[in-house]
Amino acid sequence: MVLSVTIFVLFVVAVLWLSLYLARQASSASGYFAAGGNIHWGVNGIAFAGDYLSAASFLGICGLIATVGYDGFLYSIGYLAGWIVALFVVAEPMKRLGKYTFTDALDSKFSSRGIQLAAGISTLVVSTFYLIPQMVGAGVLVKPLLGLPHAVGVVIVGAIVITIVASAGMTSTTYVQFIKGAMLIFFSLIISIAVCYRGLSTTPDQGGKVPFHEYAIIDAKVGDAGQIVPADGGYQVEAKHTGANDALYLRLKNGETANWWKKITGQAEGQFQLQEMASVTIAADGSRFINGKPATGENQQLQVGNLTQIQGKTGDEADTGPVGPFKLFAIIDDPQTTVRQFKKETSFSQAGYSITLFAPVDTPGNLVLRPGLKTKLESGTWMERLDFASLMLALFCGTAALPHILIRYYTVPTPAAARKSTIVAIAAIGFFYVLTLYMGVGAMVNAVIDPTDNNMSAPLLARSFGTVLFAIISAIAFATVLGTVAGLIVAASGAVAHDLLDRYSRLELNDRQKVAIGKAAAIMIGFLAVILGIVFEGMNVSFLVGLAFAVAASANLPAVIMLLFWKRTTSQGIVASILVGVITSIGLIAFSPEMYVQYGLPAKQALVPFSNPGMVSIPLSFITLIVVSLMTNNTAREASGEEVTA
Amino acid sequence: MLHQPAAPSGKDPASPYKTVLGLWMFLAYALIYLGFVLLNIITPKTLETKIIFGLNLAVVYGMGLIVVALVLAMIYNLLCEKKEKALAEIEQQQPVQQKAEVR
Repeated sequence: MVLSVTIFVLFVVAVLWLSLYLARQASSASGYFAAGGNIHWGVNGIAFAGDYLSAASFLGICGLIATVGYDGFLYSIGYLAGWIVALFVVAEPMKRLGKYTFTDALDSKFSSRGIQLAAGISTLVVSTFYLIPQMVGAGVLVKPLLGLPHAVGVVIVGAIVITIVASAGMTSTTYVQFIKGAMLIFFSLIISIAVCYRGLSTTPDQGGKVPFHEYAIIDAKVGDAGQIVPADGGYQVEAKHTGANDALYLRLKNGETANWWKKITGQAEGQFQLQEMASVTIAADGSRFINGKPATGENQQLQVGNLTQIQGKTGDEADTGPVGPFKLFAIIDDPQTTVRQFKKETSFSQAGYSITLFAPVDTPGNLVLRPGLKTKLESGTWMERLDFASLMLALFCGTAALPHILIRYYTVPTPAAARKSTIVAIAAIGFFYVLTLYMGVGAMVNAVIDPTDNNMSAPLLARSFGTVLFAIISAIAFATVLGTVAGLIVAASGAVAHDLLDRYSRLELNDRQKVAIGKAAAIMIGFLAVILGIVFEGMNVSFLVGLAFAVAASANLPAVIMLLFWKRTTSQGIVASILVGVITSIGLIAFSPEMYVQYGLPAKQALVPFSNPGMVSIPLSFITLIVVSLMTNNTAREASGEEVTA
Repeated sequence: MLHQPAAPSGKDPASPYKTVLGLWMFLAYALIYLGFVLLNIITPKTLETKIIFGLNLAVVYGMGLIVVALVLAMIYNLLCEKKEKALAEIEQQQPVQQKAEVR
C-alpha cells in the first residue's frame, strides 16, 4: 500500500513538474512555437494519441467491456472510426481554407456576432460535457489506491487543476503528451500479455494473492409456523425484504456476519435454496457495511467476475494455463463457457439503513463476445436497435467535431508530416483499442471487478498483477485526467472570456481584464466540474464521453461540413444549426432512460425512448442548416438587389 | 491540451486532388462501417459465426475496422505524396520552360 502510494505520488508529481517546466520553456522562448515544426512526425503522432486517449478510453471502455462484453468494444471501434472522418473529410479542406479551428473557420467567412455567440456556447457546452467523465474518472482512481471516497478524489483533482490554471496556466506540450501516450500504450500491452500468460480458471485467485470467494448457496425450507429456516442451524433469519416480481431477500446472521441472501429455486413443496449476494449497506451515520461486515481496510468490496465453466469443464481440470491472443477469445466465445458477473439487483431502505444488493448473473460465452448484452439487439425493439445505430453514428461523427482534435494536425509544417503524424496516431490509438478488449475481458474473468463501479476494472486488473504495475497505471491515468481537465477548463474559460465577453459582447477588455475574467471563469467552471463529477459517480465514463461526442457531433459537425462543401451556407443557417444541435442533443439526453435512472426514477418512465441522441439531433442540425440557409440566402440576395432566379 | 499555433503552410497545388481523394476514401470506409452497423441491427446472430483462429465475426469485423482504418490512411498518404511530388516537379519545370521561351 505504502509502495503503491509512493510510486503514484512520485509519478504524478514528475508529470506535473514536466508539464509546468516545458510550459515555461514554451512561453519564455519565442522561437519555441516555430520550432514546433521540427518535432518528428512520429513523436507528434504518439502525442496525438496521448491527447486523445483520455481517462474515458482506459477506464471507461475497459470497464464497459468487463461488464457488458463486446458492447463496450463498440466504443473502441467508433472512437477510432471517427479519425477517418477527421483525416479524410475535414482536415484537408479546412487546411485549404487556411483556418484551423471550428470557430476560426466559421468566423473568417462570415464575421458574424451570432456565430461568435453560438460557437462560444457550443465550445462551453462540449467542454463541460467532456469534463464530466474526466472528473468521474478522477474519483474512480483514488478510491482503490488511496482508500479515499469518490468525492474526495474529484475534489483533489478539481483543487489541483483550479490552482494550476488560475495561478500559472498550464499547457500540455507535445513531449508530455508523447510520454503519457507512449506509457499508457506500453503498460496496457504489458497487462494484456499478462492476462494471456495467466490463462483462465474457474477459481481465479489473482495470481495467488487473493483467495477466490465462492458466493455460497445453502438449502432452506419453510418451518411449521411459516417461518423460513436455513438447513444449516448456524444461520438465523434477521430480516426480510420483498422486491420486484415477488423476489424474496433475507438477511441471515452467521456469527459476526449478517449478509443478504436471495431465494433462488423452488424444489420440492416448501423447500428452496438461498444464494448469497454481494451487498453494500450504508447506515444513517454514513458508516458502511460490506457483505454484512463493517467496511475496514481489510473488509473491502469483494471483487467479482469469473468463469463458472470453461469449454464444459469445471474445477482444476478447467484451468487453461497460458493461452495465445486468439485462443483467449476463442475459449471465452465457446457456448460451453459460462461467464459469471454480479449485477445490481435491487436497492431499498430498511430500519434506517440504505441497502444495495448485487446478484450473480450467468451468461454463455458466445453471447459475451458479440453485441447484445447492453444494446439489446436481438430481443430488443426497433427503437432499441436504432439506439445502437445512434451511438455508432455519434461516435463516428464526434471526433472531427471536437474542437481540440484537429488543431494538432497543423502543428507540423508540411502536409506530408501532418498526415504521417495522423497515421502514427491512428496506428497507436488503434493498437490501444485492440488492447482494451484484452484488458476488459481479462477484468471480466479474473475476479477483479468492483460491482459498485465498473470504471475501476482496468486499474484493479493491473493490481491483480502487482502493486507496482497498479501504481504506475493509476498514476498515468491520473496524470492524463489532470492534463485533460486543465485543457478543458482553459478551453471553456477561453470561450467565456474571448468568444462571449470580448468578441460577442464587445466589452473592449484590455489584456489584464481578459486574463482576470478568464481566471474567474476557470474557477467557476472548475467548481461546476467538481459538482458534476460527484453527481455522476458510478456512471460509466465511456458512456458519458459518448454523450459528449453526440453533443459535439450535433452542434459542430453540420456547420463544419456544410461550410466546407456547400456554397449556399449562410451565417444564420450555421447559428441555427449549432443552437438546434446543442439544445436537441442535451434535451434528448436529459429525458433519456439512462438519465432517469440517474435521477432515481424508473427508466420506463423516460419521455425519450432511447439514450443516444445522435440519430435525431445530428440530422436535425443538418436539416436546420439547409432550411435556414435556403431561406436566408434568398433574403440576403434580395436585400443586396441581386436578381433571384428560380 | 493547449497547443502550439498552427505552423504556416505554403501553397498546396495538390489540395483539390486530396479533397476529392479523401471524400472517396471516406465513402469506402463509411460503407464498411455501415455494413457493420446494419449487420448488428438486422442479423445480430450472424456475428456469432466463427471465422478464423476460433474468432467470431464480431471480433474479426471489429478488429478489421480498426486495421482497415490504418490501411486506408496509409494508402491515402501514399497517393497524396505521389500527387504532391508530381505537381512539385511540374512547378519546378515551368520556370525553366518560361526561361527557354524568353531566350
